[in-house]
Amino acid sequence: MTEEIIIAGFGGQGVLSMGKILAYSGIMQDQEVSWMPSYGPEMRGGTANVTVILSDERISSPILHFYDTAIILNQQSMDKFEPSVKPGGVLIYDGNGITRHPSRKDIHIYRVDAADEATRLGLSKIFNMIVLGGYMKVKPVVRLENVILGLKKSLPHRYHDLIPDNEKAILRGMEIIEEVKV
Amino acid sequence: MGELRLMKGNEAIGEAAIRAGVDAYFGYPITPQSEVIEYLMAEKPHERTGMVVLQAESEVASINMVYGAAATGKKVMTSSSSPGVSLMMEGVSYIAGAELPCVLVNVVRGGPGLGTIQPSQADYFQATKGGGHGDYRMIVLAPASVQEMSDFIKLAFELAFRYRNPAMILSDGVIGQMMEKVVLFDPIPRWTEEEIIKMSPWATTGKPLNRERNIITSLDLQPHVQEQRNIRLQNKYATIQEKEVRCEKIACDDAEYLIVAYGSSARIAQKALDIARAQGIRLGLLRAITLWPFPTKQIRELLGHVKGILTVELSSGQMVEDVRLAVEGRVNVEFYGRMGGMIYTPEEILGVLKAKIIGE
Repeated sequence: MTEEIIIAGFGGQGVLSMGKILAYSGIMQDQEVSWMPSYGPEMRGGTANVTVILSDERISSPILHFYDTAIILNQQSMDKFEPSVKPGGVLIYDGNGITRHPSRKDIHIYRVDAADEATRLGLSKIFNMIVLGGYMKVKPVVRLENVILGLKKSLPHRYHDLIPDNEKAILRGMEIIEEVKV
Repeated sequence: MGELRLMKGNEAIGEAAIRAGVDAYFGYPITPQSEVIEYLMAEKPHERTGMVVLQAESEVASINMVYGAAATGKKVMTSSSSPGVSLMMEGVSYIAGAELPCVLVNVVRGGPGLGTIQPSQADYFQATKGGGHGDYRMIVLAPASVQEMSDFIKLAFELAFRYRNPAMILSDGVIGQMMEKVVLFDPIPRWTEEEIIKMSPWATTGKPLNRERNIITSLDLQPHVQEQRNIRLQNKYATIQEKEVRCEKIACDDAEYLIVAYGSSARIAQKALDIARAQGIRLGLLRAITLWPFPTKQIRELLGHVKGILTVELSSGQMVEDVRLAVEGRVNVEFYGRMGGMIYTPEEILGVLKAKIIGE
């Protein structure tokens, strides 16, 4: 099993940390992992993205141009990465701020309105965990208990009291994600 | 088994330095390797092992601090990225001339000049052919994973001290910035003063009554003496070339075609190899681990069954010259590269292989 993922959005949306939690979750289930961020000027106030690979085998290239799953959180990233989803692959996006919705017919498209939901819950900081929950529903590659272990590993100790909120957000994401037919 | 962690390549360099029993790190921040010094500062290694971490005022100062500290037989290192490493080249030549052990890390970015902060492999010539002046060589190791970023710190110090020679880890922005699993080696204690005196009798550790002064210098104004120094260096380099070549051969045994690559390019090429093999193309990959000494013999040995070679590098074509020297015109050697921080895809590499080597 190899799962090749791109997560892309604005800096500050928790794109890189969502990738890190996924990578840690992979380690918790004895997988090989790689996490390759964009580290350019775009990260400093613009778009940010990270490529995460989870695999049962040794990972060759950490840099990819086609993905099994694209998690897209802004319009710029939609323009850039919708064409990069492998045929038959998965595109997950948050509709907030999206003006041109995805239109490919050869991939599976899902929408998770995590930004709205996070605001409703009064938990804007765990927006990315709602998205992650949506991903986990669609692609059960990482198990919830391993994600919680991953969170414990990647969060500094002083934030460990926030883990229950994160778990709640993941479960909510699993509930609200919906398939979009184009 | 050692401790398992998820780390950036740059962080692994920092942690490995502490665990390798390094006495001092002198450096100056530059993207894409600033996490090395950031990690070291945050870890407070002076509390863990007594290791000194110092942000110098410039790269020129860093390398000369390395020069001075290395003269005392201590384990010392620095790290930088391309423009910063260029500034260090004078010091490296002096260190090589004075035959001092030390480790440099270059997390290469695109050039020339300030270039770009994105990954590149265009510093191969500088690392393996000179950079500084005079007939000197650096031992150059090219990690292709975060694991090797850690392991090669230990290896680089072993080689540097075995041959009293500077060793460089030539990485790039991909390996420096990415996170992977890494199994950390168990900590090695820093050497005591007594151990240093015993192991490195050449070091300036303070003159006792029973020996002559130890003088560390690269200067010999008398030509016949300077020639002898150069001959000694060349003999040492010949020994390194004979004994220290390292490379990884992937699917080479039955290979009809070969890709030669190193570092991050070897990772991308390996994916091209997987796709090629799935299409029934008998492709192999030779990953150079030591760039100097270069795996000349190891490439030559494959020429019995390899009909054509593609060298891929994130440059305009530097290592390909060493591949061509190894092959001596016996088979077709082609090159494919991207520059300025652009990175090829596995599909792109395979396309070039088919067009230029296989002839489809």
